Amino acid sequence: MDFFRHLSPTEQFLILSAIKIVCVFSVVMAAVAYSVLAERKLSAVIQDRRGPNRVGPFGIFQPVADGVKAFLKEDFVPGHVRRAYFWLAPMISMTPALLVLAVIPFGSRLGGEKMVIADLNVGILYTFGIVSLGVYGIVLAGYASNSKYPFLGGIRSSAQMISYEIAMGMSVIPVFLVVGDLNLGQVIQYQAEHGWLLLYAPLSFVIFLISSFAETNRLPFDMPESEQELVGGYHTEYSSIKFALFFMGEYANMIAASAMMVTLFLGGWTLPVAGLNKPAASIGMGAAHIVIFMAKVAALMGMFIWVRWMWPRFRYDQLMDLGWRRIFPLALVNIIATALWLWMAA
Amino acid sequence: MIVKRTNLNFWERIYLPAVLGGIRVTVRHFFKKKVTMQYPEEKWTVPEGYRGAPYLVKDPEGRVKCVSCQLCEFICPPKAIRITPPGPDGSPEAGNVEKAPREFKIDMLRCIFCGYCQEVCPEEAIFLMKDYSLTGLSREEMVYDKTKLLALGGVHDDQVWKWKHK
Repeated sequence: MDFFRHLSPTEQFLILSAIKIVCVFSVVMAAVAYSVLAERKLSAVIQDRRGPNRVGPFGIFQPVADGVKAFLKEDFVPGHVRRAYFWLAPMISMTPALLVLAVIPFGSRLGGEKMVIADLNVGILYTFGIVSLGVYGIVLAGYASNSKYPFLGGIRSSAQMISYEIAMGMSVIPVFLVVGDLNLGQVIQYQAEHGWLLLYAPLSFVIFLISSFAETNRLPFDMPESEQELVGGYHTEYSSIKFALFFMGEYANMIAASAMMVTLFLGGWTLPVAGLNKPAASIGMGAAHIVIFMAKVAALMGMFIWVRWMWPRFRYDQLMDLGWRRIFPLALVNIIATALWLWMAA
Repeated sequence: MIVKRTNLNFWERIYLPAVLGGIRVTVRHFFKKKVTMQYPEEKWTVPEGYRGAPYLVKDPEGRVKCVSCQLCEFICPPKAIRITPPGPDGSPEAGNVEKAPREFKIDMLRCIFCGYCQEVCPEEAIFLMKDYSLTGLSREEMVYDKTKLLALGGVHDDQVWKWKHK
């Protein structure tokens, strides 16, 4: 630790940030791998099956086997694709999900260090800016594949994601009307003092939830993929690790969306019991906060997965109808109602 | 037939009852008994009369029942059975009682499990048993010889003890 103290503040910041990035990245990738397993297990249980149980006890090493398989499979590139975009698309669909996690405060403090990679003042704007990049990966994949099903998947996806992004953006405005700050750390601070924002803006939470299902392409809104009608959607022509990147991107997106919901509506790392509402003073409390945050995210992930095996897919026109003619006006009304309520209270 | 298209009512349009229905169904199945069979460890009990692999059987006194008449060899449609009869000297262990085969081979890769051998056998010495999914690492391994067939076939619960009073 001695040499660390002799470094300049910039160097300290760089080193600490690098450590945090590596930790968050590895935890998220592990979580992605295990949410795939959780998905398979849960789907099996709901369908009266047992699910993967051969690789290690209860199949807990299944993600390792899946990963090895994804890497070792033949990476087949069809002759008709537009090569540069074809390579670019999986990367673009994976990165935004990981970038979003940079501004999420996943814990309070650990030894005087804030548990967030980038404590941005405009955290939420950054999030929406990055999230909207996610659609490019899918659109590019659809375009680059140069064949009909991926193309249809890409088109549907761009329409769907753009539509729901508006509703999603609208839905968080009441949150910031209540809190009065765009910094996600401040949002959590507010929730620690006044109770979870789920209580102040329940409608926002519902709209955000529905929109994030659409944004992450999960059932009941998995239009871009919709296996039965579009073969595999935008990743029909992909194989091996490129396909795996799309797949991991989807789960990373779910984790990012869950983390956003936890931060915005479910109190982040706080828990209104046993003094866990304050930024941690000791290492133990700091670790407890991280565990609380991860448990909340895991619970939301469980819900994401459960919903997939519960409901059938929406028809495409119904999806657009729901987005534009129901959710979007509802979000607008929600903003006005919240503003009025705050004005009356003030 | 004309199916009347009714408009959805208010509750159907807000989806919430359907949501609750979905939760109810999935939760019910969550706690249901699982139907997956752990295959290599558990196996189906095949029904009576199932035509599995043909094996040779012994009589209750532990003697080979086959008498090398070669009817099964001749009837076998894919020619999967190959019998080596003992010849004029007879089988050393059975003496001159019956012509127990010197060698009896069934190529399980050729066998079509038709059951003709069982049907044609005058001695009730060969039966299609309940074994399915025979596996091996080579073609040679899949040719079952007399010892293997007898070991797998076991003792048959004969109603008529042919050699009892001989």
